[in-house]
Amino acid sequence: MTVVAARALAKEYDGHAVVDGVDLAIEPGECFGLLGPNGAGKTTTLRMLLGLTHPSAGELTVLGHAVPEQARAMRARVGVVPQTDALDPDFTVRENLLTWASYFGLEQGIGPRVDEMIGFAALQGREGAGVAALSGGMRRRLSLARALINDPELVVLDEPTTGLDPQARQHIWQRLRRLRDDGRTLILTTHYMEEAERLCDRLAIVDGGRIVAEGRPRDLIARHIEPCVLELRGGAAWQWGRGEGMALAARSEDVGDTLLLYAHDDSELLAALGAAPTIEYLSRRANLEDVFLRLTGHDLRD
Amino acid sequence: MARPDQLLPVPSLRFVPVWRRNLRVWRKLMVPSVLGNFGEPLLYLFVFGYGFGRLVGEVERMPYMDFLASGIVCSSIMMTASFEALYSAFTRMHEQQTWTNMLNAPLNVDDIVLGEIAFAATKGAFSGVAILVVATLAGFVAGPAALWVLPMMLLIGLCFASLAMVVTAIAPGYDFFLYYFTLILTPMLLLSGVFFPLSELPTVVAGIAHLLPLANAVAIVRPLMTGTVPADVLLHLSVVIAYGAAAWVFATHRLRRRLAS
Ligand SMILES: Nc1ncnc2c1ncn2[C@@H]1O[C@H](COP(=O)(O)OP(=O)(O)O)[C@@H](O)[C@H]1O
Ligand SMILES: [Mg+2]
Repeated sequence: MTVVAARALAKEYDGHAVVDGVDLAIEPGECFGLLGPNGAGKTTTLRMLLGLTHPSAGELTVLGHAVPEQARAMRARVGVVPQTDALDPDFTVRENLLTWASYFGLEQGIGPRVDEMIGFAALQGREGAGVAALSGGMRRRLSLARALINDPELVVLDEPTTGLDPQARQHIWQRLRRLRDDGRTLILTTHYMEEAERLCDRLAIVDGGRIVAEGRPRDLIARHIEPCVLELRGGAAWQWGRGEGMALAARSEDVGDTLLLYAHDDSELLAALGAAPTIEYLSRRANLEDVFLRLTGHDLRD
Repeated sequence: MARPDQLLPVPSLRFVPVWRRNLRVWRKLMVPSVLGNFGEPLLYLFVFGYGFGRLVGEVERMPYMDFLASGIVCSSIMMTASFEALYSAFTRMHEQQTWTNMLNAPLNVDDIVLGEIAFAATKGAFSGVAILVVATLAGFVAGPAALWVLPMMLLIGLCFASLAMVVTAIAPGYDFFLYYFTLILTPMLLLSGVFFPLSELPTVVAGIAHLLPLANAVAIVRPLMTGTVPADVLLHLSVVIAYGAAAWVFATHRLRRRLAS
């Protein structure tokens, strides 16, 4: 059974389309990513999937439940990690988990599950600490643990690692991989390419409320971008790129102070650069960021 | 999830965990909360009642303290339930995002509104009980018939919690609550027969006062506490219930829009 089936999903605010005809088919056990700049409509899409806001148009089922009509029954089987850690500041770590469980009607015999989740979040010894005393990484882990209290089939995460330091991010990634290995379906939004590339089996790149590309990360790169990239930074490099470089490249992108040259084969470019040893450059493989830049443009969003 | 344009709330027992969440927090902060809730009404009862009671002696053929005690029970429920459903509920809705957060669990806006109203009513009734106990110990209460006041306290609490929830639902910020206190609650407190009988008011004003929920609450509670049989119980009950029910429907409707846009 398809976990999320959305057809022509749309949401308007004040006549402005924030989500504009999104189709989704997410299969069990998959980790699906919504990748897009700020304001692309990722959170709004998730809120519709969860039945928290009514779509302006479109059809939607999640875990076989029509949404938003049967959203309550659906949410009993789903775990949600919201964009900001919405933990209860009046409670300790343990109380947060217990109270959250009570919202699901889980109270009798929930103790062992709560202990297990405290272990999952690596918060042993902090059960009695207030939320204010936790670091950002701990809070995010607690948010994740809380979302798992009802043993959900589907876990929905809105920017799960935004604002975390690299160690804390690794920690969350590790746990998300564990969830996927358990056979749970994951949907996450992110604007970190690295996160999308590492975690997601399949991605939809969204911009302006529409899906502009969809597929496996590697396929997306192969489909939209030449495999070799040269990054040229600084005056001399930039000038070389605009002239000799561009003639040898298949395509170029001007990103502020950096010139990106794309090529199917970079051997000629590298040979030419070998003859100009003063020019600094970086040669790398194409990645999702290149796809993202190509499909959504370079304008700063906020 | 209810459609945004659906009028009536959909009641469900799922409101209980919302109520219990607030109860858990309240238990932690019991001491300062109890002081805040009972300090003021008890001051009114004893200081105001003592000083003023010596001036007026009897009111409606009862000692002034007995008259005042039943009024203070009602006004204390009103104030406690209102404060909870205004400031504390707004904090949970707005500052702490507790409600938005609850919506990620299998809870709906309707459950949250009902749970919050039920909790504010609980707190209100609790303050009413505390004052009833003190008033009984001080000898201002006639007899065991006063036990009938207990269910009435919950009803009064529900009524004023629902009314306050309407204000919370439309409030842009905390400052907005001042309007409600200044324009609604304080005039109601002074015009509902808490401190002096409605019969002392000019006829037109008394006529308006009879329409106020607090006046109708007092009209039931005072006879029960002073050992007489209340008159027109059904009428007074209907007024209190009507205010509460209308406010509950309206608050739910507005909050659905506010939280689920
Ligand atoms: N409740 C709302 N009312 C009006 N506009 C909204 C509302 N929620 C989101 N928007 C607008 O919709 C757009 C998409 O927002 P969002 O879904 O949060 O994007 P993302 O999560 O991709 O950053 C933004 O321009 C935002 O301002
Ligand atoms: Mg977002």
